Amino acid sequence: MTIHTELRTLLTAITEAAVEQVLLRDLQQLGIKAYTISDARGRGMHGLRDGAWGKSANIRVEMILPRPQAESTLLFLQEHYFANFAMVAYLQDVEVIRAEKF
Amino acid sequence: MIDVVVMFFLLGLAAGLMRSDLKLPAALYESLAVFLLLAIGLKGGLGLAQQPILPLLPQLALVISLGAALTLFGFVVLKGVGRLNRADAASMAAHYGSVSVATYAVGVNWLSSRQIAFESQMVIFLAVMEIPAILVGIVLVRGMGKDTQWGKLAHETFLGKGVVLLLGGMAIGWAAGPEELAPIKPLFFELFKGVLALFLLEMGLIVSRQFDEIKKRGAFILAFGVLMPLFSAALGLFCGLLLGLSLGGLTLLATLAASASYIAVPATMRLAVPEANPVISLAAVLGVTFPFNVVFGIPLYHRLASYFHGVF
Repeated sequence: MTIHTELRTLLTAITEAAVEQVLLRDLQQLGIKAYTISDARGRGMHGLRDGAWGKSANIRVEMILPRPQAESTLLFLQEHYFANFAMVAYLQDVEVIRAEKF
Repeated sequence: MIDVVVMFFLLGLAAGLMRSDLKLPAALYESLAVFLLLAIGLKGGLGLAQQPILPLLPQLALVISLGAALTLFGFVVLKGVGRLNRADAASMAAHYGSVSVATYAVGVNWLSSRQIAFESQMVIFLAVMEIPAILVGIVLVRGMGKDTQWGKLAHETFLGKGVVLLLGGMAIGWAAGPEELAPIKPLFFELFKGVLALFLLEMGLIVSRQFDEIKKRGAFILAFGVLMPLFSAALGLFCGLLLGLSLGGLTLLATLAASASYIAVPATMRLAVPEANPVISLAAVLGVTFPFNVVFGIPLYHRLASYFHGVF
């Protein structure tokens, strides 16, 4: 059986857990209906983020979108979050089945 | 002799500074915080059921003003002497105008182990004093302009987990009364000290992580972290004397005034004033003021309270 895939864009944002509620509200307003959030730990420009308590916790938000929406969302994040919050966000091409979901 | 719960704090601090791999799960820390907030609320509510509530209203007005005054004072010092920018100064001042539940819990524990009584309304003071500093801090940066989404901020401030659990616990304690509470007493009242000890162990670890930042920021943070709570405690004592509080009440109000928030305020300020650097405030609050208060401050405030309680 051959598998039929289509190309979509995965937007991943790794950021402070403190902004979760606000970020999700913004994503909803941008028309993003589906995402996955996981707890994340690591080290970066803002030092060690070991998740030992709320103030040092990070989250990773992932969403699979059509390319134009992924780009506009990334630009929105850059404009509204990059200056004041610890955030890394990037795009990747991914192959999906059931492309109508994304 | 250092209190046994403070010894747990020092253990956590030492372990963290020596880079031990000791680590408590984040979920446990959150659970212990929920327990402490509920236990403090329940106990306060139980006490409040035995006294009329209305006469407390003017007292609340005074402690709200106390929180606002401390924030303004902190702001002037941080901006004028510390040369912090407006956002950093206002955000950090809000931390110092607000209160720390953990410091309060250590104060309650310190008084209880010496059989010193205190007024039940102290727990309402604790809940109420979280709030004015946040509002004053935001106004100092944003003004009263339309840019601030006050509805959203009010939601975050008044429905934060600290306020909900404290007031919720208080309401349950008040409504249930001593007989209904008897079955849950072993958990919430008798285990209080043990849970506080575990919580402080984690606090020690958290505090140890702030030391690198303090080394970077230098003497001003250190000086402000110690002198600000001393000034705040004096103002708290003065308010306590105006309110005619008992010796235990005076000590606790001084402790509350001297304490600085590291949960509710950082969370709200991070969103309301995102341009303020959260690291400076947390380094001062957690790295200097919290340890100073729990190890030296509380006994000192009690001594001052004893002196003034005798005089007036």
